[in-house]
Amino acid sequence: MKTSSTQFVLAARVLHWLIALLILTMLFIGVGMVASVSERHEWLISIHKPLGISILILAIIRLIVRLRNPPPPLPADLPPIQKLAAHASHWLLYFLMLVIPLVGWAMLSAGGYPVMLGHSLRLPPIFPVNAAAFAILRHTHAWLAMLLFLTFLAHLGAALYHGLIRRDGVLWSMIGNRTR
Amino acid sequence: METAPSSSRVPLSRVSTVLRGAFIAGVLLLVLLAFGYTDGWLAPHRLTAQRMVNQLQANAGVFPGYRRNHAKGVCVTGYFDSNGQAQPYSVAEIFAPGRTPVVGRFAVPVGNPYAPDSAAPIRSMAMRFALANGQQWRTGMNSMPVFPVATPLAFYELLQAQQPDPATGKPDPAKLKAFFGAHPETSAFLAWVKTAAPSASYVTNSYWSLNAFEFVDAHGEKHAVRWRMVPEATDAAVGGSDPDYLDADLSQRIAKGPQRWHLIVTLANPGDPTNDATKEWPSDRRDVDAGTLVLTGTEPQESGPCRDINYDPLVLPNGIEASGDPLLPARSAAYATSYLRRTSEEAHLPGTAQAQSKAEAK
Repeated sequence: MKTSSTQFVLAARVLHWLIALLILTMLFIGVGMVASVSERHEWLISIHKPLGISILILAIIRLIVRLRNPPPPLPADLPPIQKLAAHASHWLLYFLMLVIPLVGWAMLSAGGYPVMLGHSLRLPPIFPVNAAAFAILRHTHAWLAMLLFLTFLAHLGAALYHGLIRRDGVLWSMIGNRTR
Repeated sequence: METAPSSSRVPLSRVSTVLRGAFIAGVLLLVLLAFGYTDGWLAPHRLTAQRMVNQLQANAGVFPGYRRNHAKGVCVTGYFDSNGQAQPYSVAEIFAPGRTPVVGRFAVPVGNPYAPDSAAPIRSMAMRFALANGQQWRTGMNSMPVFPVATPLAFYELLQAQQPDPATGKPDPAKLKAFFGAHPETSAFLAWVKTAAPSASYVTNSYWSLNAFEFVDAHGEKHAVRWRMVPEATDAAVGGSDPDYLDADLSQRIAKGPQRWHLIVTLANPGDPTNDATKEWPSDRRDVDAGTLVLTGTEPQESGPCRDINYDPLVLPNGIEASGDPLLPARSAAYATSYLRRTSEEAHLPGTAQAQSKAEAK
């Protein structure tokens, strides 16, 4: 039987893996739809918008879970620079999960597009119509997504490093109880 | 329990550490390559919207702030009065009896906003209907009943064939001939072009949706449709020596009174092609007069309300959906690329083309 101090709580673990799957899907959908002129373009965009709002909502819930349930401490023998990198990259991930969908929503609002999540579900605009703001937000959306992709790669690499080389329990703290 | 502190673990051998490190690097590289492929960065031969718009720019030049095609145009405003006759076929709010405001744009399909109006025999009408429920319907129509090609790739090849030869400043006739020879689907369009003269008025033209769409009725039934705007004015305009005669004609006519078109929706029979804009449907198909488009104002595109609108034909309200026509997603993607480039130029973002003074550009 594990104590809670070596593991993330169940809600945090479920949210982590669900959001991880959604974000990875989202990153591929995002670059794929922009680079496609085929029928894929349309259906990828139709998934992109509701999926982005879903990630925003799940990220807010996850932030609340995180603030109410402090994560297990990192191994005591982890070098300070790695501890710093771990904390900084995690807060960067939270920031990007929350900000990228909001920038996308604001971008469509600034471009004067109706923000449609389906055939008839429409979100209200959150930014005034302005072409220059659209351009800035559109580029920001793409650059932040690239930063999210790179942060994800670093996160994946670090998780595998903890799991395969350091074998210090950090990876298992998010996977769950290994012995049962 | 296996999550003992790392200090109590059996240390990895050096070889084992290197192998595990290589495995991790391999996983990361694989994800990176998959991402680069999806992005098009590692797939340089895939047709993308960026490559289509680059070809438009190669053909016409770059005019900062302007659309990459149909660059010469003018804004119009007014409203659409629905008579309710299309309501049995589509639940879109615009087809309920009543009035919907519009912001539209007439244009000439050229990449150079300073080209003379006679530079192309085609005119276009784009409309944005702002529905009361906050949804929008955007449509871009052209003054011909068929499109020259059926697929995005064929359109891209047509643009390549039309690229001016640096030596003559004109497209190479041999390349054009080779293109049309290899694309028999262009015959209906070429037959139309033979009879078409550049019209001297935006107001006397009909404008066709070209692509098919699907109307969705209250029972969820889908109806394949195309639409067109048919003008009430049919007099022959004079044109004249002013290279911008279309704007002058439009201003004069609107100053005299509102200009009207009927929105005619054509319902397909089963089996009519909905994925091929080079083919007209037989003329006996059922037409529904959905209402009257009334234009009451016009403004230059540089300062008018149409300037910052991307007339993406896939911005559709509930009750209208895309068909399987492959040109539609390509239009949507290419318009988005054009819109991002011109709005970036308007925002003076670094790395974007910057406008010369207008006198210089003219």
